[in-house]
Amino acid sequence: MKPSLTSTEIQVKGIAVALDGAKIVAQAMKQMNPDVVAVYPITPQTEIVTTFSEFVANGEVDTEMINVESEHAAMSACIGASAAGARAQTATTSAGMAFMWEVLYVASGTRLPIVMHFVNRALSAPLNIHCDHSDSMGARDAGWIQLFGENVQEAYDNAIQSLRIAEHPDVMLPVMHTQDGFVISHGIERAEILPDETVRSFIGTFNPQYSLLDPSKPTMFGPVALQDYYFEFKRQQVEGMDRALEVIPQIGEEYGRLTGRKYGLLEPYQMDDAEVAVVAMGSAAGTARGVVDTLREQGIAAGLLKIRCYRPFPAQAIAEALRGKKAVAVIDRAIAFGSQGNPVFLDVASALYTHRLDVKVLNYVCGLGGREVLPRHFDQAFQDLLEVARSGETSPVVRYLGLRE
Amino acid sequence: MALKGWRDIPIGGVVPAGGTAVEYKTGGWRSHRPELDRAKCNNCLLCWLYCPDCSINTKDAKITEFDWEHCKGCGICSEVCPIGAIKMVEEALVEE
Repeated sequence: MKPSLTSTEIQVKGIAVALDGAKIVAQAMKQMNPDVVAVYPITPQTEIVTTFSEFVANGEVDTEMINVESEHAAMSACIGASAAGARAQTATTSAGMAFMWEVLYVASGTRLPIVMHFVNRALSAPLNIHCDHSDSMGARDAGWIQLFGENVQEAYDNAIQSLRIAEHPDVMLPVMHTQDGFVISHGIERAEILPDETVRSFIGTFNPQYSLLDPSKPTMFGPVALQDYYFEFKRQQVEGMDRALEVIPQIGEEYGRLTGRKYGLLEPYQMDDAEVAVVAMGSAAGTARGVVDTLREQGIAAGLLKIRCYRPFPAQAIAEALRGKKAVAVIDRAIAFGSQGNPVFLDVASALYTHRLDVKVLNYVCGLGGREVLPRHFDQAFQDLLEVARSGETSPVVRYLGLRE
Repeated sequence: MALKGWRDIPIGGVVPAGGTAVEYKTGGWRSHRPELDRAKCNNCLLCWLYCPDCSINTKDAKITEFDWEHCKGCGICSEVCPIGAIKMVEEALVEE
């Protein structure tokens, strides 16, 4: 599925494991050996916490693990640790990140390279512990880089790359990488992890420009900035995000040379000659890919555009990938209530408009609250797209897959 | 102090040096200012101790003047003065 390299180009042989997404992320954390992990357990992220806390208890890491009283405190502790120059990480999901909301902005506004291992889960009410993307969509404007993983392997690979992206001097922004709750977090797959020393040399050491614990260079973090300077600091954050669009593929290339698994902002599949295409994120992309294969066998020019990096939004690359397509369906696993469509759709439609592309585009909502996302749902979407391509009629633009009427 | 553009300031609002408050003039925040009755004042310097902005200047353990560039007019000096030698007066009524 990934652009494959020949075996001689791959520098390091991976170690095959059978793990679920939560456990493999805990492995990645162990190998990164963060200075501080401040975390509060919440389903379905709990397995990350419990697995990592075993590594702490066994002395397998040097990490100072802080068992905080809430997610708000978890993020706050990470902010303090990161400002002190430590590598700080946390993990959460759903209501946990909703509770962090205020301090998410403090982390990004203070330009602290915190890494959050995130599991996607629905938001209450009604209470639901299963996957959708409502939770991460709530943080899409919070100044965090957001990477979406498709499977267990990507959860591991994104975890390790997140650290490098966050700490890149041109970026210096917190990163959350996501995996779909239960679907990935509790689904055991074959994957490969890197040897410990490879991870160590890939992440290197963190040498922050400023640190609270450097008495020879006294600094202050988190001061007030009013009408005179606040605006300028926000503009700097935009610059960090813009530069991340260049840095993320560079680090993905470097990781690819190491492992054979190269990462970019997007992952197009059968897109070059596709006439109809689906745009998807997370585990749903894997389901869609299988449907593309089936349709290709039937002679239908179907394609898939997987978005790996949702923030910063790679608008130009998406517009280029969708240029000339007859009809496109954007999959959302969240609802932006009261909007004229849902988060990913709104971004994609804006990218098409601002790049002057008149591509017919539909928005499908699916998989809310862990509702299964099945091949027949994507098959339905592709059949709709073929009809749109014939008729030019897109109404209704927002549609639902797997919903009982 | 001339205001700088976004490319010329440290990221994230970090203040990369100590003692920079002296450059940040907070006197403009003041709506009331302390007025010292020098006849009453016995230079106990409780006000000097409590002032959150180090805006009570002294020489040889005696009050010389208030630092009008930094005094925010919070009134703490007036509150802690044990003999009522500092009263707060409206800034608008002060004749320069």
